[in-house]
Amino acid sequence: MSTIASVDLQTLGDAFGQGAIYALMAVGIGLVFGVLRLVNFAYGQLIMAGAYTLAYTSGWPVAASIVSCFAVVVTLSLAMDRLVFRPLRGSSPAVMLVTTFAVSFFLQALALIIDLRDGTLGQIASSVAPLNQAVSVGGVDVRKVTFVAVGVAVGALVALALVLARTTIGLHTRAAASDFRTARLLGVRANRVIAFAVVVSGLLAGAVAVLLTVQNPFVQPDFALEDTIIVLVGVVVGGIDRLWTATLGGFAIGFVSVLVNAALPTDKTVFLPSVVYALVIVVLLLRPAGLFAWGRRAAVERV
Amino acid sequence: MPEAAALELDGIEVRYGSVSAVRDLTLSVGKGEIVGLIGPNGAGKSTTLHAIMGLLPAHRGEIRLHGQSLRRRSAEAIARAGIALVPEGRRIFGDFTVEENLRLGLAARRQAYIGDALGPAFELFPILAEFRRRQAGALSGGQQQQLAIGRALVARPDILLLDEPSLGLAPLAVDGIFQAFTEIREVGTTILLVEQRAQRTVALANRTHVLVGGELQMTLGPADAEDTDKIIAAYLAS
Repeated sequence: MSTIASVDLQTLGDAFGQGAIYALMAVGIGLVFGVLRLVNFAYGQLIMAGAYTLAYTSGWPVAASIVSCFAVVVTLSLAMDRLVFRPLRGSSPAVMLVTTFAVSFFLQALALIIDLRDGTLGQIASSVAPLNQAVSVGGVDVRKVTFVAVGVAVGALVALALVLARTTIGLHTRAAASDFRTARLLGVRANRVIAFAVVVSGLLAGAVAVLLTVQNPFVQPDFALEDTIIVLVGVVVGGIDRLWTATLGGFAIGFVSVLVNAALPTDKTVFLPSVVYALVIVVLLLRPAGLFAWGRRAAVERV
Repeated sequence: MPEAAALELDGIEVRYGSVSAVRDLTLSVGKGEIVGLIGPNGAGKSTTLHAIMGLLPAHRGEIRLHGQSLRRRSAEAIARAGIALVPEGRRIFGDFTVEENLRLGLAARRQAYIGDALGPAFELFPILAEFRRRQAGALSGGQQQQLAIGRALVARPDILLLDEPSLGLAPLAVDGIFQAFTEIREVGTTILLVEQRAQRTVALANRTHVLVGGELQMTLGPADAEDTDKIIAAYLAS
């Protein structure tokens, strides 16, 4: 009895940790969607680039390794906007989505080439591994990274909410997400708002790269790819046209995935995506505007 | 050399694809003037404002602000150069507070000045100060129009473009905003007013141009305001 209870608490801890990481990814994706109306499928490759940076700087002091991870991810995020998204501004959502698929595959191919230079596939990111050690809380083993993930997620979301609510760039970003044309008419600088969203989105991807490499230090070109697909689904389920509903959607799908995974018999865990996606279909049938889109018009265009 | 008009349209043509919505339109608005632009639906009035604002390119001709061409400038750049548009349908941010809507107007402000940055809006429309913490979407139609005008004014524009500001408002609210236009002119702001309320516009404006089928049909002065037949004739001239 006590073992079952302790397993459940551990699972619950893991579920919160995974939910927190997915919530951060959801904010990163939702923020860029808000100002560019672009679903960035290549978001996972920003995280992958950060993870490789952590792997290749494993010999460095932890702080330097993490800083370089953030630097690489934010730079790549800005480059993606400048080279790909900006020329496509005003294109149809379908064109932009397909283009981000192309960017995603390109970056994975690039990562493969770089990775294979040493003759083996995959790199180990060991510098941040100590965070994966378990700490005992009231007789329950919880991985340190769970606390770090929840702490980072809460801190980042509160900070972002304050910036969006209290600062001028936050006000301009919210206005652009709500009605970009009118915002520009009022003199809001489109490029500044977009750069803000892209940089914040990149910072969040950097944080996620750190947290995910703690969980799984073996970095390959498809690192974070499946997570991104799951988060994209969660974001749509939550309601992509609002940042907080997208965030809740990301959290919910991370949280539920871990619980479903724990509930499935060990030899049946391959069915995890099937079960999760079945739940998603049920949710979208019942609440087509999004799980958390209370009081919103139902006719919101879905992705 | 005479001082350049605040705003000049010099033979502009605006097209939607192969259809020209405005043809060979020339007009000028002097500093501190109110110039009216009236005409039937589809005459090209809003199109003209959109062209001035850089939302649509002028296929031919030149638009000048204080003698300087606005060619190839983006809407946000034109807003920051001193032209503010109060768009049709008001386009306020309903989920934001009144104060947040007004602070958005500051995005186009060119220089800092002493005192309350939102003062120009609050002085003209005291109700906005009273409701500054309310959701803008909860205001009445007339109050939302006041908010839209106030939002444009906090940028301290040289030129205010208004696109059918009285549309859908109760008669009392219409009186209120027409009164506001007179007060805005008194502080030296230049106004180009697109309206459907022909008679009131002709009475208020220094000059009122009648646009029909994308072309300038006639220009009326305040003295013509009582001459209903003349206004109707101008509308039907197409």
